[in-house]
Amino acid sequence: MSRRLELRQVSKSFGDIDVLAGITLHVEPGEFVSILGPSGAGKSTIFRLLTGGLEGHGGGVDFDGQPLADARRPFAFMPQHDALMPWRTVIDNTALGLEVQGMSRKAARDEVAPLFGEFGLAGFEHKYPAQLSGGMRQRAALLRTVVQDRAMLLLDEPFGALDALTRTGMQRWLQTMWDRHRWTVLLITHDVREAVFLSDRIYVLSGRPARVLREVAIPLPRPRKDLASPEATAIEADILHTLLDPQPAQRT
Amino acid sequence: MSQPFSAAPRIAALFAKVGPALLSVGTLVLAWELYARISGISPTTLPAPSRVLFQAILQRQALFDNTVPTISATLAGFACSLAVAFILSVLIDFFKPLRLALFPVFVISQTLPLVAIAPLVVLWFGFGLTPKIMLVALVTFFPMLVALVQGYESTDRDISALLSSMGASRMRIFLLARLPSSLPYFFAGLRISITYAVVGAIFAEYAGAAKGLGIYMLNAKNNFRPDLVLAAVLVSALLTLALFAATVLIQRAAMPWERLDAARKS
Ligand SMILES: Nc1ncnc2c1ncn2[C@@H]1O[C@H](COP(=O)(O)OP(=O)(O)OP(=O)(O)O)[C@@H](O)[C@H]1O
Ligand SMILES: [Mg+2]
Repeated sequence: MSRRLELRQVSKSFGDIDVLAGITLHVEPGEFVSILGPSGAGKSTIFRLLTGGLEGHGGGVDFDGQPLADARRPFAFMPQHDALMPWRTVIDNTALGLEVQGMSRKAARDEVAPLFGEFGLAGFEHKYPAQLSGGMRQRAALLRTVVQDRAMLLLDEPFGALDALTRTGMQRWLQTMWDRHRWTVLLITHDVREAVFLSDRIYVLSGRPARVLREVAIPLPRPRKDLASPEATAIEADILHTLLDPQPAQRT
Repeated sequence: MSQPFSAAPRIAALFAKVGPALLSVGTLVLAWELYARISGISPTTLPAPSRVLFQAILQRQALFDNTVPTISATLAGFACSLAVAFILSVLIDFFKPLRLALFPVFVISQTLPLVAIAPLVVLWFGFGLTPKIMLVALVTFFPMLVALVQGYESTDRDISALLSSMGASRMRIFLLARLPSSLPYFFAGLRISITYAVVGAIFAEYAGAAKGLGIYMLNAKNNFRPDLVLAAVLVSALLTLALFAATVLIQRAAMPWERLDAARKS
C-alpha cells in the first residue's frame, strides 16, 4: 500500500526569509502523526502549502502515490483559530464543508445533526458560536472538519487556545474518538505531552528555517488512558530535551 | 421575589439608557428658554423654544407637506447611492486595480463644497427629484463604498483559508464569508450616511425646489420668521433621529449574533 502523504525536501521562503528548509515526512493510512516545533517555526506554513493557501515551493508532495494536484482536495483542514463564522449557528457552521461540496443546507444539516451527541454539542445546534465555551468551539470546529469525509485530517493546534484543564479533557476525548474512527491525522502542536499521548509518530522541527530534527515513534499501547504514564513521561522528557537543546553536535 | 417578565425593570433599563441624553437636551432647551424670556430679546432674532414648538403645531399641515418631499428625496437618493456603492464595492473586491483607479476620483468628489455644487446641479437638472437624488447620493455614496470595501477586507483570514481548503470558488468565498463579514462595517456606514443624506436633501432643496424642508426654511428666513426656520429644523432633526433608529433596528434584526458577541467581549 502506498503512503497516504509524503513530503520530500519541501522548502518555502517568503522573499529572503527561509521558512521551510527541506522538510521530509510521511503519513501512512490510518496513522496519527504529529508535527512538534517551536512557535514561528513554519508549521502552519506546511498546512497552507497542502491546502492551496500558498503557492510555489521547492521539493515534492505526493498523496496516495500521486503528485498532489490543485484540483484534488484530499484534506479536511482545521485552522489554528477555530474559524467559526459568528453569523452562522453551530449546526450551519459544522455543515459548512458539505454545503461547499454542493449539498443543500437542509441535507447538510441532516447529515451533521446525528453527530452532535458524540461531539458533546447536543442542544447547541441552533446557538451561535459566541454562546459556546472554548472547548465546545473546538469540538464544533473538529466536527466541521471530520464530516467533510476526506481522506486525511489536518489539525493546526486544535487545543492551543484552551485552558490546561479543558485541554486535557479534549485530548482524552480526541484520543477516544480516534480509537473509534481511525482517521488519518496530521496534527500540529507545540504541546509535547499532547503529541506523545495522541500520536503514532512525531516529527520534531527546529526553529525557523524549519527542518526535521528527529522522528520519534511512540510505541505506547492503545487505547491510551493516562496522559502522564511513566513511559510517556520518559519519551516526553527526551523530546523536550531535543527541542530545548537542538543539535548539540554543532556547538563546539 | 421579582417577576421574570415584569415590565418595570425593562422600563428602568430603557430610562438608564436614554435618561442622560434627555437630561442634557432638556437642560439646554431650558437654558435657551430662560435666556429668551429674561433677556427680552426680540423673537424675530431668537425665538424661545416654546414659541418654536407652538408655531410648529400651528403650521403642522405646511410642515408636513414640506417634509414628505424631503423624505422621498432622502430615501430615493440614499437607495440609489447604496445600490451603486454595493455594485462598485463588489467589482472592486474582485478586481483590486479598480480601487486605485476609482478612489482618487471619489475622494475628490468628497471635497466639492455643497454650497457651490448644489445650485449647479439644480441648474442642470431642474427643480424635480433628480438633482436631490444626485446630491444625496454625492454625500452618501463614498462613505458607504469605503465601509463596504473595508468590511470585505475585515474577513478573518482563517475563514478564507478554511473555505478555499474546502474547494470554495472566489464567488462562494465572497458570498459565504466576505459579504457577512462586511455587515458591521456596512451598518456603521449606514448610521453615519443616513444623517448626511437628510442634510444633503435639505441642501438640495435650499438651492431650489418647489416643496421641501429646505425651501421652507429659505422662505421662512426671507420672511423674517426664525421661529418657523427652527420649527423646520426641529422636524428635520426628528426625521434624522427616526431614520437613525430605523437603521439600528434593521441592524439588530439582520445581525442577531452581534449582541451575543458584544456580551462575550464585555
Ligand atoms: N505570507 C508571509 N509573508 C512573510 N512571512 C510569512 C508569511 N507567512 C508566514 N510568514 C513567516 O513564516 C514563519 C512561520 O510562520 P508559521 O505560521 O508557519 O509558524 P508556526 O510554526 O505555525 O507558528 P505558531 O506555532 O506560532 O503558529 C513566521 O516567522 C512568519 O512570520
Ligand atoms: Mg501556526
